[in-house]
Amino acid sequence: MFSWLSLHQEMIYIVILSVFLGIEVIGRVPSVLHTPLMSGANAIHGVVIIGAIIVMGKAESNNLLALTLGFLAVILGTLNVVGGFVVTDRMLEMFKKKK
Amino acid sequence: MELNILIICYLIGSVTFIIGLKMLSHPESARKGNLIAAAGMAISILGTIFLYEEQGIKLGNYIWIFAALIIGTVLGTIAAKKVKMTAMPEMVSLFNGMGGACAALISIVEFDHLNHQIQLGGAVNSGTLLIIFAGLIIGTISFAGSMVAWAKLNGRIKDFAFNGQHIMNLVIFAVIICLSAYLIISGDPAAGSLFYLVFVLSIIYGLFFVLPIGGADMPVVISLLNSFTGVAAAFGGFLYDNPVMLTGGILVGSAGTILTILMCKAMNRPLSNVLIGSFGGSSTGSASKDQGAYKEISISDSAVVMSYAKKVMIVPGYGLAVAQAQHVCHELEKLLSDKGVEVNYAIHPVAGRMPGHMNVLLAEADVDYARLLEMELANEEFPQTDVVLVLGANDVVNPAAKTDPGSPIYGMPVLDVELSKLVIINKRSMNPGYAGIENELFFQPKSSMLFGDAKSVLQKLVAEIKTL
Repeated sequence: MFSWLSLHQEMIYIVILSVFLGIEVIGRVPSVLHTPLMSGANAIHGVVIIGAIIVMGKAESNNLLALTLGFLAVILGTLNVVGGFVVTDRMLEMFKKKK
Repeated sequence: MELNILIICYLIGSVTFIIGLKMLSHPESARKGNLIAAAGMAISILGTIFLYEEQGIKLGNYIWIFAALIIGTVLGTIAAKKVKMTAMPEMVSLFNGMGGACAALISIVEFDHLNHQIQLGGAVNSGTLLIIFAGLIIGTISFAGSMVAWAKLNGRIKDFAFNGQHIMNLVIFAVIICLSAYLIISGDPAAGSLFYLVFVLSIIYGLFFVLPIGGADMPVVISLLNSFTGVAAAFGGFLYDNPVMLTGGILVGSAGTILTILMCKAMNRPLSNVLIGSFGGSSTGSASKDQGAYKEISISDSAVVMSYAKKVMIVPGYGLAVAQAQHVCHELEKLLSDKGVEVNYAIHPVAGRMPGHMNVLLAEADVDYARLLEMELANEEFPQTDVVLVLGANDVVNPAAKTDPGSPIYGMPVLDVELSKLVIINKRSMNPGYAGIENELFFQPKSSMLFGDAKSVLQKLVAEIKTL
């Protein structure tokens, strides 16, 4: 356990700093933008797709479980990323043309 | 060399996520911010596919990866382009569930991999196991919960609660934690199948976690699950020592939590209250009171009072969204403005199904941004307002939130529409609103009901005002 901690020391620092960064960045958002912001954040956590790509790419050709689940995971991750960004863009597009 | 380029790709990805989120919180830069984050995401994904290597071995199975990417892109784009503006919240919930499922699947594959190693006699770091379990549990709960939220928002399932449900949830959660702790600490190779029990229990927990929560609280739940998925993604970052997954996930995790708290603040209820006290279901105390009679107003009368008023305030709610009436609503507003009536919109922070949902809808109909008044500003305006037109809003104008301590929404800030001279309430019927609470506003002497679907009522109003 402790060896794991010392191995991941830097990442733990990143986590702590990112937590505060997230709070700072979002802190003063007007309520008008809550829905697009939630949607945008939703797209960003689609970054989990990178893990799915790694799983898929490492899978040996005889490991059916890894291949199928990895394939499914990449599809789901892409849905999250692409769908999330497109929906957000659609919402924000409407804010723009009001001028 | 190539690995260095990958590091730069990830660096760009992380920075664009931060900048993107920052820009998303300002109206002028929001759209650009979204595109910047998307670009960063694309760079990170392409970098991973072509440059990532583990112990000197590159990724393979390109055909599979690209096939999956293409399928996901096509389906995602179609779904996102086709979805109606009113169905936005459930779409976000659906996509969020996909992300959660993705994180859970990664954990399953990695555990299977580890399990083989254990059986071959290899030692496994308990830290790695901890990450895999955390990713699995959080991702699965987020997936199952988001699916329930999605189905609830589009009306496929109703609230479902039974006595002792909270206790059962706690027990399930405790079992999940104990099982995981045992598996992580013991590293017992024979107990591998228990991992799948944890998976199944997490699904059940996710379902029962969201099922009893009322539809009115769904935005808060989606926002919370959104931050869950962020955390699940961050655990994936730990698993692969991947900085961009880590920063992206944690950023969303903390930003989502803050957003959840902001939403709860808008409703003046602590988060625990939202999660434990199911809205409406348990509180029949004040709902059954006999409220007396209400009066109705005709279309032509409404048209007359609004045309000759000085100040009209429109209070849009979910009923307007469901009826897709935002365009004809804007038409009515323009028509009245041409007659010299000052028309504004009073936007409750949680009107519709999500904070900001009404703003998105009205922006779609080209409503001037300056006419959208936030709650505090609107409440200052009501005493000088002649006519308030409530369109499919209910709980956000319920005076019980101020006067009846027994009401489930007591303490939630509401729009003080009853301070104006006349309140016209458009509803489809006298059925209580989404939270299932009677609204005494409808029975007050200043209030008149205008029954009907928001869109057809507004169309008739517009036609009537034109003939005046």
